[in-house]
Amino acid sequence: MTTTVDINALIAQMAVALQPYLDERHPIMIGIHTGGAWIAQKLHQSLGLPDPLGTLDISFYRDDFTRVGLNPQVKASDLPESVDGRHIILVDDVLHTGRTIRAAMNEIFDYGRPESVVLAVLVERDGRELPIQADVVGQHCTLAPGQHIKLAGPEKLALNILEDNA
Amino acid sequence: MTSTDIQFDAQGQLKHFLTIEGLKRDHILQILDTAQSFITLAKKEIKKAPLLRGKTVVNLFFESSTRTRTTFEIAAKRLSADVINLNPQHSATSKGETLLDTVNNLEAMHTDLFVVRHPNSGAANLIAKHVPPHVRIINAGDGRHAHPTQAMLDMFTIRAHKGDVANLRVAIVGDILHSRVARSQIHALAALGAAQVRVIAPKTLLPTEVERLGVHPYTDMHEGLHDVDVVIMLRLQRERMNGAFVPSEQEFFNLYGLTADKLAYAKQDAIVMHPGPMNRGLEIDSSVADGPQSVILPQVTYGIAVRMAVMALIMGGKPVARKRRGNRSTRGSDETTPA
Repeated sequence: MTTTVDINALIAQMAVALQPYLDERHPIMIGIHTGGAWIAQKLHQSLGLPDPLGTLDISFYRDDFTRVGLNPQVKASDLPESVDGRHIILVDDVLHTGRTIRAAMNEIFDYGRPESVVLAVLVERDGRELPIQADVVGQHCTLAPGQHIKLAGPEKLALNILEDNA
Repeated sequence: MTSTDIQFDAQGQLKHFLTIEGLKRDHILQILDTAQSFITLAKKEIKKAPLLRGKTVVNLFFESSTRTRTTFEIAAKRLSADVINLNPQHSATSKGETLLDTVNNLEAMHTDLFVVRHPNSGAANLIAKHVPPHVRIINAGDGRHAHPTQAMLDMFTIRAHKGDVANLRVAIVGDILHSRVARSQIHALAALGAAQVRVIAPKTLLPTEVERLGVHPYTDMHEGLHDVDVVIMLRLQRERMNGAFVPSEQEFFNLYGLTADKLAYAKQDAIVMHPGPMNRGLEIDSSVADGPQSVILPQVTYGIAVRMAVMALIMGGKPVARKRRGNRSTRGSDETTPA
């Protein structure tokens, strides 16, 4: 089921909310593959950040590797040369269990020691399994058991609500 | 059961890596693509990924090796595994039993993955059939049979320097007869649909009916190298020769050694590869080995990423005794990753 959420409006709203994190901090923006990278690209553009956008594929850091194996479509992570001492804005599409963010932070710290990390997500839903929260949120939502929310794109971004078939 | 069947699980995923034979184009591309994403790992401050944390990898080398063993060791360590290197003395008289006994003992120490090199063809298969279901085997070279990770890193090298293998003419030169590397390369090139694969060697070093592998045999370097995009030189395996295969080393070099003159028959931008160790002045001239068309050292670097990819792919998603949660146990059921 496709929702009628205006994603561009959400992104514009996130860009405003991110203003306090810009100023003198010269942050590096990093989007998590795949949906987070789409959102990050739009935010990066609208904020006019001077540093190139970084992308992160957390497949090698997932905590369920022994259970489900490697994602068959692993993409290369592409981070700026050094994250040491830098402020980072981490962007994802949906914050759900918090496991992706944990994996992403583990990976970022293998590149260096950032000064700070803030999290910006398009959608924050219920179902956290770890003590992780977003600093900037486009839209909060609560879903029924068995429902998932997924970002489709990249040409036309849309949020779809999927039902577990099980 | 052949090694082609034994290396897949019920879902058709790789669980051991024993031979290229039987691999589909998609299997090979998955390994190459995964390896590509491991290449960036070397850019990190901490050159590690935690995929094999807490796993034990035993490099079991019954035959000497520097490059292969070292790159397997580095690959496993970059994946955060604990690695043990063993070079048991090979005893020809007690091979079968001794081999399985050795494996039994190491398995009792909770080894998760064996990387095996053995002078006998089929040794890795034998071990793969014998170990319990949670243990994985990678063949790092068995006799004249196969050396699949070498072939994969060669495919990676070709793709990195020349693009899609399907458009390329590839010549494999030298001791085809004794070469497990050549056999694995030929299978990989066929699976990737290479435009043409040639083998160039004196008749004594070509397997009989080599055409049945889908390759074009040549005994003359001038004809064989004409217009090829990739030249793969092989090492003359004197240690596996128990008869007179070549009249003299000097004559072999004169006829089949890759010199700048002979390389000129190939395309101008052809690349030169060699699995190592090189016999300079026997199968390859130093001016070519160290020349601008040589990608012999990049091959070694790519070997690490490719071996990481193979290890990661066969070690992931294993059936574990642990209780599974809910209905998210199958691959891809929750595409958004556990968000």
